[in-house]
Amino acid sequence: MNAVTARLPGFLRRLDPAVTTAFACIVLLLFLGSLYSRNFLSPEYLLQQLKVASFLGIIATGMMLVILLGQIDLSVPWVVTVGAMMSCAVAGFGHTGAILAIPFGIFCGVLIGLVNGFAVAYLRIPSMIITLATNAVAQGLMVVYTGGFSPQDSASPAMRYLATGFIIPSIPNSVLCWAVIGVAAVFLMTRTGFGRSIYGIGNRERAAYLSGINTQRVVLTVFGISGGLAAFGGVLLAGYASKAAQSMGDAYLLPAIAAVVLGGTSILGGRGNYLGTVAGVMLITLLQSILTVMQIPEYGRQIVYGVVIISMLLLYGREKLLR
Amino acid sequence: MKYWRFWFAEQRGTLMALSIFVVMFVIYASNHPAGFTANMVQTASNKGVLLAFVAMAQSLVVITSGIDLSVGMVFILTNCVASWLVVGSPIHVTFGIIVVLFVGALCGAINGLVVIYGRLQPIVATIATGAIYYGIALALRPFPGGTVNETIADALTGKLFNFIPASLVALLAIVLAVWVPFSRSVTGRAAYAVGSSEPAAYMSGVPIKRAKFFAYTLSGLLAGVGGLFLTFFTYTGEAAYASGNAYTLFSIASVVLGGVSLMGGRGSAIGAIFGALAFRTIGDLLFVFDFDPLWQPLFQGVVLFLAVSLSAFGLLRVRNRLDWFV
Repeated sequence: MNAVTARLPGFLRRLDPAVTTAFACIVLLLFLGSLYSRNFLSPEYLLQQLKVASFLGIIATGMMLVILLGQIDLSVPWVVTVGAMMSCAVAGFGHTGAILAIPFGIFCGVLIGLVNGFAVAYLRIPSMIITLATNAVAQGLMVVYTGGFSPQDSASPAMRYLATGFIIPSIPNSVLCWAVIGVAAVFLMTRTGFGRSIYGIGNRERAAYLSGINTQRVVLTVFGISGGLAAFGGVLLAGYASKAAQSMGDAYLLPAIAAVVLGGTSILGGRGNYLGTVAGVMLITLLQSILTVMQIPEYGRQIVYGVVIISMLLLYGREKLLR
Repeated sequence: MKYWRFWFAEQRGTLMALSIFVVMFVIYASNHPAGFTANMVQTASNKGVLLAFVAMAQSLVVITSGIDLSVGMVFILTNCVASWLVVGSPIHVTFGIIVVLFVGALCGAINGLVVIYGRLQPIVATIATGAIYYGIALALRPFPGGTVNETIADALTGKLFNFIPASLVALLAIVLAVWVPFSRSVTGRAAYAVGSSEPAAYMSGVPIKRAKFFAYTLSGLLAGVGGLFLTFFTYTGEAAYASGNAYTLFSIASVVLGGVSLMGGRGSAIGAIFGALAFRTIGDLLFVFDFDPLWQPLFQGVVLFLAVSLSAFGLLRVRNRLDWFV
């Protein structure tokens, strides 16, 4: 294996096998899809898929940062919903409301994220359980606020424009949002001290602490960012559907984790790159879309979905043998 | 005297969960409009044992420092299987129950094999297997329906001697049949050893693979028992995605309330049972105080939040700041 990789040109050698496999699977999926129908290779279809993927992509970006720390954020479903509902609620208050809608939605998400971060970093509560609890609290707050029904407020024009409009012809704005967030995330992870300390903490928090990193503040900030991104995903989703709905975020938790892990990021933290997450997001979106188009019933989709994740992880996500 | 202190230190989490449950249940029972009657206890225990079975299932895996996010889906799948098979003559019913329990154990065994031999992280592996189990459940029951043998269902959800809830007796029987032998066996001790430190257990020649495999398989079996009882309570099978997810999440919450460490190696299934009963009682407290049911999710969330935040008091015992970072 090493002899083969040594002969490859430099840029190929640097590629992560996980990322390459994920992209290869995307190509394979598109190929299989195109055997079924020519439409799968049309630019309209691909752009539409990219647009659908952008919501998951934005949410998965925050999830990836948290997973790189070796933690997990299970509060995503209701943070997404809080972001959507709160921005729609504020959008109802006339002109100022319309301006404040998007920032306020994100602000609520950041707030929940900071609560998570504070509990994980300073109170040392396992992230798996505290994010579950904040998720339950967020759900409770939203149920009380809406009375258990879907709220009547609708999204502001700016939200709709951000989710469905076009600044550059034929490229949806939501894809642009994802691109901007993605570039910022790559910059943060690879070019800043903050990003390096995320990887450091993910590898061994104790060592990172002893090297003089304020690990607690980094963890707090990352959870804040994750909450903000999840809420922003919710804002865009609300703009896309032009209103918020109960449990609209439920469909994003497991795919976000799966996308990050399929992209080669270690669930134990400290390892992974953003290109992999992009590949994972596209892979999952395409898989869902192709299964829907082929009119495979819901149960079949669930089974295929599970089998694909397991078999891809068996290809490259395995841990070292204990010796 | 010394031994007594060790025992107390080991059981602290379980005793804590027991006391939370007792306090909550006393508040619940003393404010219940019907008062402390056999019927009230029966209804409460019927609700509680479902979560108790699933929480027990979760605790077995958590003790090995894994996590089973498919436990709710196994619960749903076995419910759907039971709604097809546990009908008709006594022989059919017996056969059906055996198949249901086998399906549960099989799901657990598959999780175990994927984690042990596939060497995947339990958290992602069980997310994926959970999707598969849910898919199968949906294929079996695209719409809610089916029946169950009502004689056995009523017998197991009713009262013994007009007083003792039969479901509690069943829970006790399962504890005696599954948990007690397991925790006293070499395999059970090995499961704790794996949870404490897998490399150290490996170096000491502890049967790691067997321990994990049994923990996952028994976990599936217990989730299957839960699914069977769900069928006895509802008389139908339903592939309810939201309900499966909720049981998975509640089982993690119950396990934590029950003093089982998510890091593995500490706690017991008994603690998880009391955690589950306490969690259910807390959730139902609002009903007896006649609050708007709308506030129930928030109340349950806040209680869960406070309960898990309590564990932060452990920080006060930490002398060396480096011990914050496990």
